[in-house]
Amino acid sequence: MPALHLENLIKRYERSGNEALKSISFSIGEGQIVALIGPSGAGKSTLIRCVNRLVEPTTGKVRWGDLDLVSLNSSDLRKTRRRIGMIFQEFALVDRLSVMENVLSGRLGYVGFWQSFMRNYPQKDIDAAFALLDRVGLSAFADRRADNLSGGQRQRVGIARALMQEPDLLLVDEPTASLDPKTSRQIMRLIAELCRERKLTAIVNIHDVPLAKMFADRVIGLRDGRVVFDGKPDELNNEALTSIYGEEDWEDAGQRALMKFVHAGEGGPQLDQERVLGLR
Amino acid sequence: MAEAAPSPTGRIWRRPPLISSPGLRWALYIGTIVYLIAAFATMDINWQRVAQGWERGQRFMSGFAPPDFTTRGDAIIEGVLESLWMAFAATIVGIVLSIPIGVGGARNLVPKPVYAVCRAFMAVSRTLPEILVAILFVKLFGFGTFAGFMTLMFATIGYFGKLLAEDIEAANQLPLEAMRAAGASWLQRLNYAVQPLVMPRAIGIAIYRLDMNFRESAVIGIVGAGGIGATLNTAFDRYEFPSAAAILLVIIIIVLGSEYLSAFTRKLVR
Repeated sequence: MPALHLENLIKRYERSGNEALKSISFSIGEGQIVALIGPSGAGKSTLIRCVNRLVEPTTGKVRWGDLDLVSLNSSDLRKTRRRIGMIFQEFALVDRLSVMENVLSGRLGYVGFWQSFMRNYPQKDIDAAFALLDRVGLSAFADRRADNLSGGQRQRVGIARALMQEPDLLLVDEPTASLDPKTSRQIMRLIAELCRERKLTAIVNIHDVPLAKMFADRVIGLRDGRVVFDGKPDELNNEALTSIYGEEDWEDAGQRALMKFVHAGEGGPQLDQERVLGLR
Repeated sequence: MAEAAPSPTGRIWRRPPLISSPGLRWALYIGTIVYLIAAFATMDINWQRVAQGWERGQRFMSGFAPPDFTTRGDAIIEGVLESLWMAFAATIVGIVLSIPIGVGGARNLVPKPVYAVCRAFMAVSRTLPEILVAILFVKLFGFGTFAGFMTLMFATIGYFGKLLAEDIEAANQLPLEAMRAAGASWLQRLNYAVQPLVMPRAIGIAIYRLDMNFRESAVIGIVGAGGIGATLNTAFDRYEFPSAAAILLVIIIIVLGSEYLSAFTRKLVR
């Protein structure tokens, strides 16, 4: 499993002339979980989309093994994307399809059109899908429609779908932004565990700093399209936070986050405790 | 933090007007009223003529009563069956043909040239009134139901294609992005991230179009495109108003039936 190198990656939006990424360079070793933090509009989302080219970078290189992802033609790109899983903030499930169909759609890059149209997936894909649903605690929901699930359950389907690709690299875009604080932690823990089990490299966009510190091996701070911090989670002190987010009274940030968490636990939506615990 | 000064009370707030410049705002209000008055002034309503016409209209309407279902019973049944066949076939074939055109008219799925061609075709199909197309097709294919079928099919392509394209563009784009990220092909993306999202509305529109096509078949029959419209036209030509009334009632009942059918089906596919 290769390392990922970003070299002088620039993204300029032609219409607005806005430079979302201003020469980004860093490398990620294999198996590393990197949290990408920064204020809204810093370019986090653009950055991870430049890796699998859902957004086309303007210039620069994304080296992955012996490939430069930026220069791939469309059919090679499609083949390469199969090995890059992606998890989305709003889950990006197909609401009217079943959980199983959503999970199996992670295999679309590997099966022919007719096979996928008839939902006639190879047995080993179906076995893998059930195994993943077991792992994320949703096998009883295989034939439920995706829009019947709660936010946390939907994100687990999104995770299972990404892992169905048997990816080497995971791009995770704000996985917890639509979830309550407790579910957020469970989802982040699940993603981190799965990455370690499968030795996946992962880039996780996240705006929740305590959560990033809890689960990442390394934190990269982005501000205004530039890397302004790159270090271990425990190096992320108040000074670093100020360089990323600007001046603010950081002292009780952790305290506040904790309060928010406790508070949500009391008044927030109650989850199915047993299933949640069964997950861990 | 310093102690904040107490906030004064009694401050005035009103919702800001839609058009902020008062001059422009009043010019628009007054302009609209003046235009409406001028428009009504040009209509030249002759009240004496209306009074006379009222009487004539009453005589005309009473000519319809009572509706006569039996004298031309066979012709009515034949006309209805023809129209139903025409509407049904035109809806099915029209929708099948409009799917590629509608998909091609969705900006988020195809390159610009394809989009431009598909949108142009749909615009032409929607602009030409059915009755004109029917006259053309009656000239092309001769009198009868085939001309009617072709007319309704042509209209269906524009109508259904346009609504389908708009629906695809307005649907949630995230699943499409996810399928792209997973390495799905174009057809697979269509099947997984577009079709399920637009299906319920598409079925509703299809049933509505069936109902429209049936009603429309009554109109285009008048110019020779067969169906219940031709029967209706014959009845009028022969001054058989009771038969015409019977035909109109039959049309209303069938349209009403399809109304309930479409509401029921839409509930099923939610």
